[in-house]
Amino acid sequence: MSKSNFTRRGLLKTGAVGSAGIALPTIFTAGSASAFTNAPTGGSVTLGFNVPQTGPYADEGADELRAYELAVEHLNGGGDGGMLSTFSSKVLDGTGILGKKVEFVTGDTQTKSDAARASAKSMIEKDGAVMITGGSSSGVAVAVQGLCQEAGVIFMAGLTHSNDTTGKDKKANGFRHFFNAYMSGAALAPVLRSLYGDDRRAYHLTADYTWGWTQQESIQAATEALGWETVENVLTPLAATDFSSYIAPVLNSGADVLVLNHYGGNMVNSLTNAVQFGLREKQVNGKNFEIVVPLYSELMAKGAGANIKGIVGSQNWDWKLENQMGSRYTGTNAFVKSFGEKYGFPPSQAAQTCYAQALLYADAVTRAGSFDPCAVVEALEGFEFDGLGNGPTLYRADDHQCFKDVLVVRGAENPSNEFDLVEIVEVTPAEQVTYAPDHPMFAGGDLGSCNPGA
Amino acid sequence: MLGLDKRDATLLIIVTLLTMFAPFILNPFPEGSAMAQFNAGYPDLMQRFVIFGIFAVGFNILFGLTGYLSFGHAAFLGVGSYSAVWMFKLLSMNVVPAIILAVIVSGLFALVIGYVSLRRSGIYFSILTLAFAQMSFALAYSVLTPITNGETGLQVYNDDPQYLMGPDSPTVTNLFGLEMRSTYTLDMGPWSFDFNAGYYMCALFMLAAVYLSIRIFRSPFGLMLKAVKSNQQRMNFTGLNTRPYTLAAFVISGMYAGLAGGLMASMDPLAGAERMQWTASGEVVLMTILGGAGTLIGPILGAGFIKYFENIFSKINDSVLHQWFAFMPDGLEDFMVFIIHPFIGKGWHLTLGILFMLVVIFLPGGLVEGGQRIAAWLRSKTPGAKDETTKSTEPAE
Amino acid sequence: MDAIILQILNGLDKGSAYALIALGLTLIFGTLGVVNFAHGALFMIGAFCAVTLNKILTLGYITIDETQKDFLGNPLKVENTYVETWFGPELGAAIIDWSVPLAILFAIPVMVAIGFIMERGLIKHFYNRPHADQILVTFGLAIVLQEIIKYFYGANPIPTGAPEVFRGSLDFGVLLGFDPNVIIYPYWRLVYFLFAAAIIGAVFAFLQFTTFGMVVRAGMADRETVGLLGINIDRRFTIMFGIAAAVAGLAGVMYAPINSPNYHMGMDFLVLSFVVVVVGGMGSLPGAVLAGFLLGILESFASMNEVKSLLPGIDQIIIYLVAIIILLTRPRGLMGRKGVMEE
Repeated sequence: MSKSNFTRRGLLKTGAVGSAGIALPTIFTAGSASAFTNAPTGGSVTLGFNVPQTGPYADEGADELRAYELAVEHLNGGGDGGMLSTFSSKVLDGTGILGKKVEFVTGDTQTKSDAARASAKSMIEKDGAVMITGGSSSGVAVAVQGLCQEAGVIFMAGLTHSNDTTGKDKKANGFRHFFNAYMSGAALAPVLRSLYGDDRRAYHLTADYTWGWTQQESIQAATEALGWETVENVLTPLAATDFSSYIAPVLNSGADVLVLNHYGGNMVNSLTNAVQFGLREKQVNGKNFEIVVPLYSELMAKGAGANIKGIVGSQNWDWKLENQMGSRYTGTNAFVKSFGEKYGFPPSQAAQTCYAQALLYADAVTRAGSFDPCAVVEALEGFEFDGLGNGPTLYRADDHQCFKDVLVVRGAENPSNEFDLVEIVEVTPAEQVTYAPDHPMFAGGDLGSCNPGA
Repeated sequence: MLGLDKRDATLLIIVTLLTMFAPFILNPFPEGSAMAQFNAGYPDLMQRFVIFGIFAVGFNILFGLTGYLSFGHAAFLGVGSYSAVWMFKLLSMNVVPAIILAVIVSGLFALVIGYVSLRRSGIYFSILTLAFAQMSFALAYSVLTPITNGETGLQVYNDDPQYLMGPDSPTVTNLFGLEMRSTYTLDMGPWSFDFNAGYYMCALFMLAAVYLSIRIFRSPFGLMLKAVKSNQQRMNFTGLNTRPYTLAAFVISGMYAGLAGGLMASMDPLAGAERMQWTASGEVVLMTILGGAGTLIGPILGAGFIKYFENIFSKINDSVLHQWFAFMPDGLEDFMVFIIHPFIGKGWHLTLGILFMLVVIFLPGGLVEGGQRIAAWLRSKTPGAKDETTKSTEPAE
Repeated sequence: MDAIILQILNGLDKGSAYALIALGLTLIFGTLGVVNFAHGALFMIGAFCAVTLNKILTLGYITIDETQKDFLGNPLKVENTYVETWFGPELGAAIIDWSVPLAILFAIPVMVAIGFIMERGLIKHFYNRPHADQILVTFGLAIVLQEIIKYFYGANPIPTGAPEVFRGSLDFGVLLGFDPNVIIYPYWRLVYFLFAAAIIGAVFAFLQFTTFGMVVRAGMADRETVGLLGINIDRRFTIMFGIAAAVAGLAGVMYAPINSPNYHMGMDFLVLSFVVVVVGGMGSLPGAVLAGFLLGILESFASMNEVKSLLPGIDQIIIYLVAIIILLTRPRGLMGRKGVMEE
């Protein structure tokens, strides 16, 4: 059997080894001697990768996990270093974090708040993880973020697009690299005007839960500012698999654009159904009928197959970004190369955001010189960086949201290969998607102060 | 003792010892060893074991005694959680009012649903309860968001009123100041054991729940319920109206679920709608059947079994496997990892499914029957103990 | 009016899937007295028969095209499908295009075989066990089947298109005298409805007009007596299980172009189809079909904006609400027989 130092407590026992019966009063199992939860004391540090491994988002979770494993490899000096060489901050040198080897544990969120919290708790309580990251839905992100705040560890959100994650539910210990619904609206609106004109009538189908509502609200506000009219907003049940009864009335509603505020399996099905009903071939009000899917991903494009052709949406990142839009997006090619060579296909946007989050955390710890969550928060707040594939980026101090360029994409008409399902239409600069921290769509939250636990 | 006969008292003592020493029993492997992956003695999972134990014991009062198979029991758990979190939001982080309200509200909810559903029996009853629970889930996820906070789950915010909150009241869930998350870690050589306040509170609740359940099983009321199970028609012919009895069993079992929900929220103040989904209701059905329906301890075993797989097997990944088999030659190591890979991590569902099938095929009475067979086998090995037959650990009917 | 006709069409279409799954479930309930929680998984496997056939037809060998580059800048690998090489590009493409209808032929033997293996290997041993044990073992089986599919095909939905000719939509309104473009309905969904109607008709005809069917119906009514008459009921019930599996599988095959198949689509339908069966009444085949269409149509009506604005969220719960109302007013569902699964 091999020896492993997988758990922190194996390393923490310094004072207590051999002296059986010594009881240390602790909170969240951290030794009372340390200043914060799960302070790493040995030669390694444990990070917790909490991603969906079962359920409908399992493939997205698998891609996130690949990215994390790659990030750990690069942080420990393995592989070709990936984006370490392009990252604007140069403190990471491939010797782990602060000289400690990076170890990781994985867990399954099942895309359920309860399961995600149970998994995160076991990483904190059992494995001594000092940072939790990952996830593929906003409900999970908010739930785990709240837990990390209480427990006193850092949470680096994975894929979460709801405004609430860095709005109403923002927490001092939580950080989001991914973009949000407001940004999608702000980025899409000008492109929609130039593609489809400024007197369109939009019909919204919206997934009936928090993320769907915030996205619908954002898109409606952004398109109405252009002069578009919103004919109707219909909420669809989360459990719906067949959207025909919601799609059928669209054509006779007088609308000439259909906005699908759905994600994952819901989006694949609603788009497939909309195309089946022939909406894309119809003419309404003398214009071609159009479909818009505000939040897009490569996996969804794959699931929707030919139906995705010509459909406009927004993305956080795409693997072709540097090739097509120039060296502003440096880092992209370095990442695609190391990911592609290891796994045989290009990374998804979920993978990129997770890889970037892992690097950003490692960098913040190194710059702060400590794993103390409060020091990390301080190092990340207001941090400006470049070279992680998204161009110049700011981690805003007010809400722990990253501000960077947003991509407007379209399903490729003639994909040259199976990875080329999405083409980049335009990149909306960060200034256009930036909003005030007290914007009404993000109001009501309280960041609180950082919690080091223990 | 406590109005129990010898057999039941033994059972209760065994359960008490097991729960009290769970931190030791569940952490048999030294920290840092390769087997430490299988340790389950950390606070969150121990809490889950006993909370779902309570849930399943309560479910068994209905299903095991009356034979009525409710497929919507998770609704009561969810309602209990929501009530508890609302108490945290409105009053303070003290768990006592939260748990009391959780039990009361879920009891009332069970009364309404039970009153309607018990008008039918058999699968018609199952579908009625399922329909009520699914409606609760769908509405909690969407339309009722102002009360339930929908997808995100109901949680406590800094700007909640919390009328009973003093300036220096704890901001985490507590029992009159004793924080639920506070943990004593005992280090003995390479071993390390966690003693968590919240776990012990839940464990005491579970012991009380088991005790009450034993008393119900042995009471005239319990006998009446068993009679309903064996032949309801005959009962009705004798001129006895059985519905008040079954309704009482339904409400008690709903209150158990509410207690479990309240405890869950007390350990971790967040209540999500998924707790009420049919998969959650199905889970408690599986726990009970897997452990042994109608037995006193079976449901607890079943709950522990399923939660163990969910939390331990889902966390094993390929790099852990490589560590385990590192002593093997490279080729063999990769082969072993390749063989085991589909069953761990993202494949934990597969392992669970296979085990469901194996248990039900080979142990028709659930895990309890497995225990009985081992006990019988052990007895047959020790001559002289034969005449003691089925007296020791079997709680079976 | 046009909106109502549209929703009736939608309801018939949704109802087709419900009715087909519920029909198979009821056959198993009625004949074997087994609660089959793996029935949703059979539907899912049917859909994956379509996916698999498509994969087989598009199998190919790889040639390297030096003129093009892949995403890493290496020469592009181009796949050439065997079918197109053997049959020529035109016929080959047509065969691939028609892979879903062709999958019916592929799915029937596969599903019947799976049904036989399931019944002989597993279900047979559970005839005399409590329903709770049947639930546990079939649920375990459903998870295992689902995970196997996930292992090979991933969790992401897999687009599986209908043949080109069925991809558009029919202007149904014109046939009824409405203006053009008012009631349009996708061809494939109409095909699905007709297909479902044909299958349902065939099952009923089979049970009604063949000796085999007569014996099975007699067995459903009173298994013991039929057994006493010296008729080998067991063998016939095995065949019935195969037929039920095939019905679920065919429902799945034809469903693949409507919504891209994924590994958990069976679970999505499982609970609904149980509700349908019970609302229809235990042991009643016409009841299951009737309830399937009824719930499909009501679900479609509930999702109309006019209804939703009156009762927000009604579309989320309509099926369950209707189930409760029906079960409270009609103790054994729409057409249930007395004493079936009432204990």
